[in-house]
Amino acid sequence: MVDRTAHQTCLIIGASHAGVNAAFALRKQGWKGNIKLFDREPELPYHRPPLSKVFLSGDTGVEDSLLKGISSYESENIDLQTGRSVTEILPKDKIVRLSDGETCSYDQLLLATGASPLMPPIPGLKSSHKIFGLRTAADARGIRNAFFASSGKRVVVIGGGYIGLEAAASLRKLGGRVTVLEREERVLARVTSPEMSAFFTRLHTDKGVSIATGRNVTAIEIKGSELEVFCGDGSRYAADMLIVGVGVVVNTALAQMAGLKISNGIAVNARMQTSDPDIYAIGDCTSFFHPRYKKEIRLESVQNAVDQAKVAAANICGIPTEYASLPWFWSDQFEVKLQMCGLASGYDRLVVRREEGDDPHQHSCWYFSGDKLLAVDAVNHARAYMLGMKLLKEGKHPAPEKLEDLSLALHPRTVLA
Amino acid sequence: MANITFITQAGKSLKLAADSGSVMELAVNNNVPGIDGDCGGVCSCATCHVHVAPEDWEKTGAPGDLEKDMLEFDDNVNEFSRLSCQISITEALDGITLKVAN
Ligand SMILES: Cc1cc2nc3c(=O)[nH]c(=O)nc-3n(C[C@H](O)[C@H](O)[C@H](O)COP(=O)(O)OP(=O)(O)OC[C@H]3O[C@@H](n4cnc5c(N)ncnc54)[C@H](O)[C@@H]3O)c2cc1C
Ligand code: FES
Repeated sequence: MVDRTAHQTCLIIGASHAGVNAAFALRKQGWKGNIKLFDREPELPYHRPPLSKVFLSGDTGVEDSLLKGISSYESENIDLQTGRSVTEILPKDKIVRLSDGETCSYDQLLLATGASPLMPPIPGLKSSHKIFGLRTAADARGIRNAFFASSGKRVVVIGGGYIGLEAAASLRKLGGRVTVLEREERVLARVTSPEMSAFFTRLHTDKGVSIATGRNVTAIEIKGSELEVFCGDGSRYAADMLIVGVGVVVNTALAQMAGLKISNGIAVNARMQTSDPDIYAIGDCTSFFHPRYKKEIRLESVQNAVDQAKVAAANICGIPTEYASLPWFWSDQFEVKLQMCGLASGYDRLVVRREEGDDPHQHSCWYFSGDKLLAVDAVNHARAYMLGMKLLKEGKHPAPEKLEDLSLALHPRTVLA
Repeated sequence: MANITFITQAGKSLKLAADSGSVMELAVNNNVPGIDGDCGGVCSCATCHVHVAPEDWEKTGAPGDLEKDMLEFDDNVNEFSRLSCQISITEALDGITLKVAN
């Protein structure tokens, strides 16, 4: 099919989880024409999740976790251009402009521009050789260098979200004296239940990370080789370096200039099409109506980036496909692997199941709205996670009292209502 | 150097070789269809599922606990299932055949 594509160009802005997967999915779905893939970062596209995990604490570099080997781009005839930034989209002419002034025309355009760390307007807070966001390989390298260069190894992490906590765990493992400052009354407040927040607070505290909640950072001062962090409640923290993990700003500037509809991200329909039918958007930068949850959401996860990439590629190749995937996510901190599926928001009942095995961390949280299973958080418990995935995908609902019964093994046959 | 043969769902046979890294990385770097490796090899996604040829099972060995749990409820699981990100490439794997499960 799609011979019409033979002389066309699909141009992709952003070569990370979303953009790279889209490029390969386009070939798989039969796109015969050019595929151009631009990214402003200089590296070959790599996995981002390790940046706050093994990349910070271990000896591996991003070159050890590339999304695809360099030869795959050649063999699939994907024209990957790294270190190239797109500055403007001219949708009427179907042209994009690059920072060096060059222009490039397209037939179909795919925006996979992701998000960037939010640097809140706090006096003294701006990226420097001691103050970092954490999104790119360069950020992670900067953090490692600053950490090893500092004698005190005092790290303050602003923001107790997943990235902040992972970075805290990784640097603690290297012997850092790490403090996490969280504005809300609990870590992970925006993304999970009080029970999970309490679990991670305990885990970090036991490992020697200091977690201070209710700390609204109001100013940062540089004093000689030291940084001082001031909070609204009068507390202050001395540090050798600072990591800022308070959320992201979605990279919507290009889309906005091009006149595309923006809501909490670049607005797309179920086919990942923006308000311009020849421009698609995928991954962290999109805002979309999720049919499972019947509301408009934006997700920041590898799952969402990869699955939206596949949907967009199919549609661009003329195969009508709609996005309805079950969200899933993971986080690795110390010896704990958290795996999540579904979205818990709106739950009114929580079943916590603690196994009686050797691992004191192992447990799972099952979130319900009435009798309906919404989501599962599994800690060192892949079996609970995979069971949750299966049930959620099949739209089946386990009985809370059966989940609570430790004499019943976790299995679809035993837990269904 | 270990030579590893992948048989895709479409029945195509791909012979690849490497001396380090994981089997998932080898497959992803060479675009073996059906092995996506979305989580980057941390046993979180199950998109790298293979069936080891029965005669090679001794060479790859059985899955670890976490891996076994990740596979348990997979529709395509069988007694020779492995997540290929959890198989490190060494000389000992030379000559094995893996069928892509998805
Ligand atoms: C430290 C960290 C840990 C994470 N851990 C996990 C995890 O454990 N599990 C999980 O599921 N998810 C995790 N995530 C989230 C996951 O990495 C993101 O959801 C995913 O990267 C989104 O992919 P994307 O391609 O949509 O966007 P991004 O990865 O943000 O990629 C966007 C790309 O577009 C490029 N770009 C933007 N504008 C332009 C332009 N104008 N010109 C050229 N290029 C441009 C950028 O350089 C960038 O490479 C983590 C993220 C971070 C930062
Ligand atoms: S690559 Fe994700 S489980 Fe193997």
